[in-house]
Amino acid sequence: MNKEIKNIKKLIVNQSLDLDCGKIIKNFPIAYETYGTLNKSKSNAILVFHALSGDQFVTNINPITKQEGWWTTAVGPGKAIDTNKYFIICINVLGGCMGSFGPKEINPETNELFGTTFPVITIRDMVRAQIYLLEYLGIDKLLSIAGGSMGGMQVLQFASLYPNKTYSAIPIACSASHSAQNIALNELGRQAIMADPTWNNGNYFKTNLSPDKGLAIARMAAHITYLSKKNLQEKFGRKLQDAGNLKFSFDADFQIESYLRHQGTKFVDRFDANSYLYITRAMDYFDLEKQFNGNLSLAFKNTKSKFCVISFSSDWLYPTIENKEIVMALNSSGANVGFVEINSDKGHDSFLLNVPKFLKTLSEFLNSTYKEINNEKRI
Amino acid sequence: MKKEFEVISQIIQNNKRVLDIGCGDGTLMEYLKFNQQNDVRGLEPQKDLVQKCIAKGLSVIEGDAEKELVQFPDKSFDYAILSQTLQAFLFPEKVLKQLLRIGKQTIVSIPNFGYWKIRLHLLFKGTMPLTSNLPNEWYNTPNLHMCTIQDFVNFCKEKNIIIDRSLCLTNEKISEITNGNMLYKNIFSQLGIFLVK
Repeated sequence: MNKEIKNIKKLIVNQSLDLDCGKIIKNFPIAYETYGTLNKSKSNAILVFHALSGDQFVTNINPITKQEGWWTTAVGPGKAIDTNKYFIICINVLGGCMGSFGPKEINPETNELFGTTFPVITIRDMVRAQIYLLEYLGIDKLLSIAGGSMGGMQVLQFASLYPNKTYSAIPIACSASHSAQNIALNELGRQAIMADPTWNNGNYFKTNLSPDKGLAIARMAAHITYLSKKNLQEKFGRKLQDAGNLKFSFDADFQIESYLRHQGTKFVDRFDANSYLYITRAMDYFDLEKQFNGNLSLAFKNTKSKFCVISFSSDWLYPTIENKEIVMALNSSGANVGFVEINSDKGHDSFLLNVPKFLKTLSEFLNSTYKEINNEKRI
Repeated sequence: MKKEFEVISQIIQNNKRVLDIGCGDGTLMEYLKFNQQNDVRGLEPQKDLVQKCIAKGLSVIEGDAEKELVQFPDKSFDYAILSQTLQAFLFPEKVLKQLLRIGKQTIVSIPNFGYWKIRLHLLFKGTMPLTSNLPNEWYNTPNLHMCTIQDFVNFCKEKNIIIDRSLCLTNEKISEITNGNMLYKNIFSQLGIFLVK
């Protein structure tokens, strides 16, 4: 795994970046991947932001995990975000564990891995770090920015920080400020990791052990929040693992139990526990409203971008009402915004799954935006 | 495009900001955006129609006008349009008040319940009128507050709403409503279109 991680695309940012926590970082790596071809006028670039557990490998087979990319349903040849037509960029977030500057990287001052000495980062830091790659690629203005969940938060932050850098923006299943419920759920995950004795205050890399149990439990708990009750009931109900017999033990009797356990162990193989702490913290700290003294509409005061906000009916983690708050703020700032709630039983995860009406909306919005821009240019 | 939309688009000047409430599949919005360079937004409660609009490149928000007009700032649009929807609201008066707040001018069209065929239907058949414009039965009609052209004009007077223009459609023909011809127009027109503020 380490050998392959060296082969992934990286930009070493020479400038220094003042983080929200007050620390300054410089000469830091950001790892990225691109799909499709940038056209001559550089007008077909889409920056995709990944969510908590994602990485820069949006589609195709992830070279590190050997699994399918996390947004294969939406990104690829002929798909909603069509790689034959658009140039897609995705960057591993600051604090991540897929090659970007994060707790798994070596601290040049100590020559040891950062662990929990890594500075606490924010969504705003993540977005500000990504702008360097756009400069490097020579892209002045993106066709669109898109992302779900934490990716959606980055979309909002980007649109607010750089009102002239994108023609359109697609925040999906997200929120402008992390709710108490979501902070609580993230805290549950963090406590699971920190309660694992092998976590060792974040210094597990000094031993041969890693807090796999803790991270797996964090993932199991989080995974439940990505699904809907109806979805779980239909998929698993009370189905048993072992031909209808209860074992009268604490083994995984029910299929839902072994499914969750599997999700937990699968995650441990590809994700760093400290990264999980840092990224969930960044989500919790996200409060775009507070950045503008309690008036969210000021966040979008200067934006010229065309927005398409999308939520899902069964998403209880980032419910429609929170997405609508974004729409309302955009409207009160006079921004150009469309909004639709997609009917889906698949919960928060809907944005990652094959939900045809969602993918159609995504595809058509990008299509019409692309057409409009190219018409404008011809005029 | 139907005649009513032609009339509405002629009232609206080019390069204006327009909000279309209950914009349906976006036919009028599309015309205003691409032919008159208007900056147009829409509000529509039906998901499938919202998706159609988005596909056309129109910025439409899924939502219910009775609840969601509050988010738009005062006078943030040159025109607010409400086409044949006023009668379907639970509280038409409140919705209209919001429109007058948001739009510098508001265009409201209403199916005229004073139309002679409707009068005759009720008079002779003794059942709730059905016409091509109002095709639903009393038990499944979305129209909760039907009114006549005369009703709407009276309402505006009572609420101090200024009517800048009153037009009516009779068999696809457009004409002005005046004080003098009101009685006549209220019998022979299918639709009233008003520019108010």
